[in-house]
Amino acid sequence: MKQLMIGNKAVARGLYEGGIKFVSSYPGTPSTEITEFLAKYDDVKSEWAPNEKVALEAAFGASLAGARSACAMKHVGLNVAADPLFTLSYTGVNAGMVICVADDPAMHSSQNEQDSRHYAIAAKVPMLEPSDSKEAYEFAKSAFELSEKFDTAVLLRMCTRVAHSQSVVDTADRAEIPNKPYVKDGAKYIMMPANAIKRHVVVEERMKALREYAETCPFNRVEMGGTEIGIITSGTSYQYVKEVFGDTVSVLKIGMPNPLPEKLILDFAKKVKTLYVIEELEPIIETHCRNLGLNPIGKEKFSILGEFSQQTISAAFNLPEKPTVKADTIAPARPPMMCAGCPHRGIYYVLSKNKITVLGDIGCYTLGAQPPLSAVDYTLCMGASVSGIHGFLKASENGAEKRTVAVIGDSTFMHSGITGLVNVAYNGSNSTVIILDNSITGMTGHQQNPTTGYNIKGDPAGKVDLEALCRAIGIRRVRVVDPYDLKACETAVKEELEADEPSVIISRRPCVLLKYVKTAPALKVDKEKCRACKKCMTLGCPAVSFKDGKAHIDATLCVGCEVCSKLCPFGAIVKGGTL
Amino acid sequence: MTTNIMIVGVGGQGSLLASKLLGAVLLSEGYDVKVSEVHGMSQRGGSVETYVRFGEKVYSPIITQGEADYILSFEKLEAARWAAYLKQGGEIIVNTQEIDPMPVIIGKAEYPSSILTELKAKGVNIEAIDALSAAEQAGSVKAVNVVLLARLAKRFAIPYGKWIEAIENTVAPKFLEMNKKAFEIGYNL
Repeated sequence: MKQLMIGNKAVARGLYEGGIKFVSSYPGTPSTEITEFLAKYDDVKSEWAPNEKVALEAAFGASLAGARSACAMKHVGLNVAADPLFTLSYTGVNAGMVICVADDPAMHSSQNEQDSRHYAIAAKVPMLEPSDSKEAYEFAKSAFELSEKFDTAVLLRMCTRVAHSQSVVDTADRAEIPNKPYVKDGAKYIMMPANAIKRHVVVEERMKALREYAETCPFNRVEMGGTEIGIITSGTSYQYVKEVFGDTVSVLKIGMPNPLPEKLILDFAKKVKTLYVIEELEPIIETHCRNLGLNPIGKEKFSILGEFSQQTISAAFNLPEKPTVKADTIAPARPPMMCAGCPHRGIYYVLSKNKITVLGDIGCYTLGAQPPLSAVDYTLCMGASVSGIHGFLKASENGAEKRTVAVIGDSTFMHSGITGLVNVAYNGSNSTVIILDNSITGMTGHQQNPTTGYNIKGDPAGKVDLEALCRAIGIRRVRVVDPYDLKACETAVKEELEADEPSVIISRRPCVLLKYVKTAPALKVDKEKCRACKKCMTLGCPAVSFKDGKAHIDATLCVGCEVCSKLCPFGAIVKGGTL
Repeated sequence: MTTNIMIVGVGGQGSLLASKLLGAVLLSEGYDVKVSEVHGMSQRGGSVETYVRFGEKVYSPIITQGEADYILSFEKLEAARWAAYLKQGGEIIVNTQEIDPMPVIIGKAEYPSSILTELKAKGVNIEAIDALSAAEQAGSVKAVNVVLLARLAKRFAIPYGKWIEAIENTVAPKFLEMNKKAFEIGYNL
């Protein structure tokens, strides 16, 4: 049946039809929906893992047991899962295994712009790269066969534009693949030196076989269109090239970026007068061409930064620009921000007001860095708030422990904050760690995690007791506050900063966007009482603005959390807002 | 020939539903369709853009400057922000609702209220409608997306019933009547 699907749904459908039985992932934009869609199939065991390393290892366990398996993650997630990946290359698999990784050129929702193809090359694992949903579906489906044929996990590289663009997919039925038997095979699966030395030889032989396969595999194809211009391209760049040139230039479309073919590229280069390589991010294909003695036009014309479009291609080929109309007035920027009623706002207000140094982490609460709160000092990667504050305080010589905290979300704490907190307790720094527990994985669109008590299907599941966990780690001072209660937050922060031992404050209130959270009616400003002190404006709430010399509350946005009314010195913010 | 539609607005206004309905209808009409969505960080109250392209064969999932036949804007300022994406002779359909962005809220910038007049003066085709009131009339301010979609739907020679069918196949039963009403109100504005 023909359907419109985002690339991630198409990957899920392809894996499903390919006989997947187990998937374990950690959410991360732009990869999240792969696992969410797989979870809709009852015959696939689907899970959110605490982090990507656990997810990849769980998927490997399933493959070892004989079931086709997968995991999915964003590009930086593969950093976390890199440890098992590199040795998984040595062991190979039992049943087919697919590792989906989604890059984010232009960093729509990421902290860096790394290119996952480097991992495929470094770990010596084959990689497929679709350019739209149809290919995402087809490649995901055939990845299992490729995996079993060459006895290796297969990386499936997505990027934001393929992952989150819908295009037409014609689906089929699921293949019922019986489990392979598990047979004990220490020489293959126990990677201690004597075995690993022999397995490295296997890895190199496999790469040689894969390079030969790349010459004729169905993932790479030539579309001849004259001999003047030849373009080697892959992924979403292929679509932009076709958009601009249609069939008027020759294209070598690479669907398997690792390993890259040699003869196929050399033959293509021979047929055209000028050779271009058009690829987003790193010059992987270009470097390969240079190693083959070719001299294509690549990164000199097509940036290493950001993502491309048909405009990028047109501009590089000096094609005429399309006429546009612009307003003379410049539209003020509209950056993302914490929602009205966001539970993170209260605690950030207290931290900002007291000029606390805040070592931040990855999640919605990174938005606390935006003005007017401007409450965050750094954001590096998952878990780095808790690990970072320890080193920061160990090295500081001016009493920083009395004015520094780490903030980390519930899901991020499960992902990689726990080990940092173990370090705080073990190596003894006087750190104050605030767990922003909004009872969900927020930024990626509401995924359950080990602290929520529900699994990916929304069924009751094991629930980590955060307070007990922190105490078991060795933190004696653990307390819970409601972030809507500004006074309680301020007292807690001041007391824990003052204390001469490490502490954890759990700022607990569910995300206001969760369906089960009942919001209150909108508030309004009593214009008589408002003295225009603008104190409410320091919260940075999207519902509160200033109109005609007085505070104003947008009733379509306000959820009645009353944090602003608690802050108002004149009692001017009251119930009864109307549209 | 490919037709290009941009749906722009503020994260959380429901552009994903509008593009989903639009995509479903266009696919059922036999077109090749591509839709590029925004997920993740931008959805948190930021400026968001969705691209919908249809025709016999569509390659790129995105729309660049000077290419959009229609810009369907859920918020006034956003129409102006994306105006450069409009093709010559294209049309902007805009909700007159104003949502202050953070620089305006904190007093670092002014909301440019006259920005549509400025664009009109430059010869841009603009249909400005109060979709918020229409949505309220239908029963929920959240139906702004469907009201606006209905305005766009009027531009195509696609039967009314096809749109209603798409709504019935997409929207949860609880919100179905409200959304159908919002579409009807928008269509007949």
